[in-house]
Amino acid sequence: MSITLNDYLILSTIIFMIGMYGALMRKNLLMLFFATEIMLNAVNIGMAAISKFHGDLTGQMFAFFVIAIAASEVAIGLGLLILWFKRHNNINLDSLQSMKG
Amino acid sequence: MFEAVAFYLFAFLTIAMFLVTVTTKNALYALSSLAAGMIFISAFFFLLGAEFLGAVQIVVYTGAVMALYAFGMMFFDSINDIKESVANPRLTFMLTGIVALLIVVIFTAPIVGANITAHYPIGISGEYAGVVVGNTQDVGLVLFTKYLVPFEVAAVMLLVAMIGGIILAGKKMDVSITEMSEREIDHHKTDTEIAKDIK
Repeated sequence: MSITLNDYLILSTIIFMIGMYGALMRKNLLMLFFATEIMLNAVNIGMAAISKFHGDLTGQMFAFFVIAIAASEVAIGLGLLILWFKRHNNINLDSLQSMKG
Repeated sequence: MFEAVAFYLFAFLTIAMFLVTVTTKNALYALSSLAAGMIFISAFFFLLGAEFLGAVQIVVYTGAVMALYAFGMMFFDSINDIKESVANPRLTFMLTGIVALLIVVIFTAPIVGANITAHYPIGISGEYAGVVVGNTQDVGLVLFTKYLVPFEVAAVMLLVAMIGGIILAGKKMDVSITEMSEREIDHHKTDTEIAKDIK
């Protein structure tokens, strides 16, 4: 019994679905950030698996750039979140309606 | 056999940890389980022969990102349970549709890409060095030849993110601490008070 590419892709899909469930269902902005991290990691698993089973390093390269993007997203997003919390004293998504048309 | 056992063990652990993250009401539980899930994900990278990616995963996620989240959570009242309103059923319907579409794309992608040839095969650095070398050398060779420009762009992006984070989260940006003496920093004087002292 050996692990094939499909097993890794199924795992990647399951983790991505968990992340997407979190992103769509949670109302707390911090939880939304956690869900985004989960989705980015799910994609990383898929790309590393394809890199292994196709024998090509490009998948790993893209995983590195995804990690770099995730790191900068956290820095900027958390800065904005702290700013929002200082002004409104909560980080609920429903309170973020000042741009409502 | 060993690979299969490790795969299923870590798959179970990762899914369990991430399920805790998206379902718990407590922000601290969510943070802890997310950090654990990140470490378990690095196990998959080691299983796949991408040792450098696994090490980067541990260092960047559990080292940097989790520390940043833990620091950021000091600003929020994370001890209390999170109050959330119940989502509407239309959202659930949309979620199901998107995920179904996604599964179709993900499972047909390997079939479509079955006749792709590798431009940068694993073990590429062995052709240059003449000996069998590891994943880290391969990654370095490809990253600094083919992907040099994206690497530099990523470096600039991280710099922009760092400056943005400092400016957004920092307070009293109108006072320059580098221009103050140690005594002035200790006494927390604003620059108008310092100007009076100089006069």
